[in-house]
Amino acid sequence: MVKANLRSPARPAGDPGGAGEPARGTLRGAIRGPRGARIRRIGLPYLLLAPALIFELLIHLVPMIAGVFISFKALTQLYLANWQHAPWAGLGNYRIAVNFNGAVGQTLLHSFVVTCAFTVLAVSISWLFGTTAAVLAQDKFRGRGVLRAVFLTPYALPVYASVITWAFMFQYNNGLVNHVMHDELGITSRPTFWLLGDNSFFALVVVSVWRNWPFAFLVVMAGLQTIPRELYEASAIDGAGIWQQVRRITMPSLGAINQVLVLVLFLWTFNDFTTPYVLFGNAAPQNADVISIHIYQASFLTWNFGEGSAMSVLLLLFLLLVTVLYLLVTTRRRSSA
Amino acid sequence: MIMSLIRKTAFTAVAVAAAATMAACSSSSTSTNATGGSSTGTASTTTITYWASDQGSSVSNDYTVLNPELAKFQQQTGIKVKLEVIGWTDLLNRVLAATTSGQGPDVLNIGNTWSAALQATGALLPWSSQDFANIGGQSRFLTSAVGSTGAAGKPPAAVPLYSLAYALYYNKALFQQAGIAAPPTTWAELIADGKKLTHGSTYGLAIEGGSIPEGIHNAFVFSKQHGCGFFDSAGKPTFTAPGCVQGVQQYVNLMGADKIVSPGDATYDQNQSITDFATGKAGMLMWQAAGKNLQEHGMSPSQYGIAPIPVQAGAPGQGDNVDSMVAGINIAVFKNTQHLSAAEKFINFMTSDAEQTVLSSKYGTIPPIPSALHSSQFATPELSVLVNVLSTSAAPLPQVPAESQFEQLVGTAMKNLFADAVSGPVSLQTVQQQLSNAQQQMSG
Amino acid sequence: MLSSATRNPGAARAPRAALAPPRSFIWTRRIVLTLLTIFALLPVYVMVSSSLKPLQDVTGTFHWIPAHLTISPYIDMWRTVPLARYFVNSVIVCTLAAALSVCIATFAAYAVSRYRFRGRRVFAVVVLSTQMFPGILFLLPLFLIFITIGNTTGITLYQTRTGLVITYLTFSLPFAIWMLAGYFDSIPRDLDEAARVDGCGPLGALFRVVIPAAFPGIVTVAIYAFMTAWSEVLFASVLTNDTTRTLAVGLRDYSTMNDVYWNQIMAASLVVSVPVVVGFLLLQRFLVSGLTAGAVK
Repeated sequence: MVKANLRSPARPAGDPGGAGEPARGTLRGAIRGPRGARIRRIGLPYLLLAPALIFELLIHLVPMIAGVFISFKALTQLYLANWQHAPWAGLGNYRIAVNFNGAVGQTLLHSFVVTCAFTVLAVSISWLFGTTAAVLAQDKFRGRGVLRAVFLTPYALPVYASVITWAFMFQYNNGLVNHVMHDELGITSRPTFWLLGDNSFFALVVVSVWRNWPFAFLVVMAGLQTIPRELYEASAIDGAGIWQQVRRITMPSLGAINQVLVLVLFLWTFNDFTTPYVLFGNAAPQNADVISIHIYQASFLTWNFGEGSAMSVLLLLFLLLVTVLYLLVTTRRRSSA
Repeated sequence: MIMSLIRKTAFTAVAVAAAATMAACSSSSTSTNATGGSSTGTASTTTITYWASDQGSSVSNDYTVLNPELAKFQQQTGIKVKLEVIGWTDLLNRVLAATTSGQGPDVLNIGNTWSAALQATGALLPWSSQDFANIGGQSRFLTSAVGSTGAAGKPPAAVPLYSLAYALYYNKALFQQAGIAAPPTTWAELIADGKKLTHGSTYGLAIEGGSIPEGIHNAFVFSKQHGCGFFDSAGKPTFTAPGCVQGVQQYVNLMGADKIVSPGDATYDQNQSITDFATGKAGMLMWQAAGKNLQEHGMSPSQYGIAPIPVQAGAPGQGDNVDSMVAGINIAVFKNTQHLSAAEKFINFMTSDAEQTVLSSKYGTIPPIPSALHSSQFATPELSVLVNVLSTSAAPLPQVPAESQFEQLVGTAMKNLFADAVSGPVSLQTVQQQLSNAQQQMSG
Repeated sequence: MLSSATRNPGAARAPRAALAPPRSFIWTRRIVLTLLTIFALLPVYVMVSSSLKPLQDVTGTFHWIPAHLTISPYIDMWRTVPLARYFVNSVIVCTLAAALSVCIATFAAYAVSRYRFRGRRVFAVVVLSTQMFPGILFLLPLFLIFITIGNTTGITLYQTRTGLVITYLTFSLPFAIWMLAGYFDSIPRDLDEAARVDGCGPLGALFRVVIPAAFPGIVTVAIYAFMTAWSEVLFASVLTNDTTRTLAVGLRDYSTMNDVYWNQIMAASLVVSVPVVVGFLLLQRFLVSGLTAGAVK
């Protein structure tokens, strides 16, 4: 709603206001004169974008294109030292990856399904925790500053150490979780296995949520600052209670922020490598075999980079599709709101 | 107005300062790091780059151990060695990156099980008999150790540097309490002893069930005892041969059927089994040179004994009576090196009897060179057992280019099988299925 | 709607009492925030207690209060691994990466937010698509690019802090640009107009009006960029050597071929996190200025 007002500025942006008439015929005149103003106006956004574009090309895009290129080659350890001459595999790597009758394709599909389930669950909970905490911590109360720092602590701790700590907490014999659930509270009759079997999925979700919800908290908290206080005050005069305010003012105003937040959380969780890697090592239990670990296994650890690249490209295509659909759906919903 | 001007200046100042610091940082860091294997120095001093693996109790400890030796080398030959110690978790990544880019060290340590895979990349210098002659000849080295330096039928891609083998560690006090007079000499005895030791929260044997390397090493050894080596002579995988299935089942059922291993061990992959053994929660442990670790965990050498791991029947030996794989580190030369003779001189130095004695005694490993083994340093109870195992009953892991695939896939299968073993005995079918699954994912 | 509220400040002055939250809200808040605090801090407690135990107790029987307490991990950790050097490297690399990322993202976000230029949508999608590719796969190509640049231009990026800074600032750019663009979008164009009327060019409007108003967003993005760099392990493990190594990778060096010094890892992690958490405490003030904090009036 706030956004709708801002789409049509009264004056074309980039127009300098009130600059005097410079001398014509000089270079300065060419840039400063009215026609020059037009050049500057058209050129300015590209100039502003240039640094970002250069770095993106260098670090992200060119390597990614190289990765895509590798997916069409049979790049195994035999050709690693002169990868330019690796034999052309065409769509061979892709065929193996999507052949759901073969072992490779089957495990890939399974991994994919596991990852989707994991991501949806972990992102929903992370977003929920983050938003709840941000909304609840909005008003001033004693210790709010410390509380904010406390909530950001999981975000501040080094990944390796904190995920290993969770691995210790989930140990069968001596872990804190089983100690509390089995020895102290007696919820379960026997200690449970958290890092094996069915529960490994939930253990992964818990650790992922623990690491990610502070980020959601941070972003939503920043987003809450853009909502003018007057809106709340005006609605309070109209008799709205806290929960109504949250539903009618806070959530809609956070629309733009939430759209980006949920999307990036989804993408990062889907591709998250460090958390499952530190939690489970080089081989994840079948129920927690997320796709990042799976591709790492299929490429780095088995030295079959061509196949790993093909899997990554398929992953990329899937995520692109999801993203485009997501953006279409959410933008349409928001502009009709 | 003023505030915003200050902000604007601050903004630009940050950017400028950042750029300046970056330039300063890059110049200072480039002045201290040499990139890759290019030479520096005057015409009289050659400098070679050496990537050492992390063998000591810490990375810093490795520098403390190696730097004096490198100084010795420089004194003897005038060649300077630029050392970098790389943590075990990063070594393979760094080697991979070096292989891909062609920019790497001159000399490097590699895990011996990587030898065949790295050999297949062509990044390592093959050792001809001439090269071996420059370091005293191939016969100086233990046959089993040389067996772990590359595929059969091809010149070795590396030279053995440090070696280790598996042995059985047992807790003397627990053995006494259970009325066991001596360590087991047959497999049946081991199971029986394990059962006597298992009561309450104490178990007979501790296993790193969640660890891929431990899983693969043991799977290999037990399968060898049943006559299967996971690969046939042509290098094709034979994971589902009866010998391998039985061997894997034997290992996994230590937990599933014999029940002498705690179910919690199925998730162990951070050396928790060492902790369990050191704190008396398990009576036995099958490990490579655990002495130093146990010391760190508060267990002194007088508290434990060490014996070769027993086999099905008879004494440990070759063929079906193998009871350990050949563990260790090899030292290799990067093919792109520009200082071949300097590199070989360095390797000659590192594999000399004198240096081997010094280094291996500091690292707790065994020199893969019989002539160095005579030193009294290696006559401790622990090391003499390990020396014996290494020389008589150890076999190298399959030396095929697909070795890392094998490790990864079968290691994962082992982890999955232990997950099944927590709930009971594991059948041959289950093992067959997991191994078959692993084999199907092997490519090329 | 917004403009009318800001142009009639008088109408929005309500007595404070009408805004006091009901008891149910206060109790919900207390319970939920307490539970979240426990959830956030429980592993921290385990880390603290593990850092004070001798090595065999770390994975040994669980006690809430350690049976044996020792501070030797906190002393040994500096020697086992060159922790101080890794810490300095991390601070330099992450601060630079964050600062540069914020600058570049601010300019780019301003362009995306305030201008309708050709290629805007493509740029947005391309930038977002970089988040979809698993990092593993462009590790080696990126490494090769650095080597090539080094060989052709003589600028060494491999194994330097500079190379790492460039890599990290780029990693955080996509989200930073999206977040800041969204934030800028919520700042009314009226403010830009007002600045233009005063005689500023578009850049002047950026510096004088948009940035101050978007300060919470900028601080958030800076924190995000810093933390992304701080916790990145994979690329640092390949692009650094022992002189330039960062903390995230360096902590793994406590894990040697034979053994892992858990207590020292925990101690080191806590010690290096203290400045970061302190930074959060100091910065969280800046996360909460609003549009009402002076920009509109």
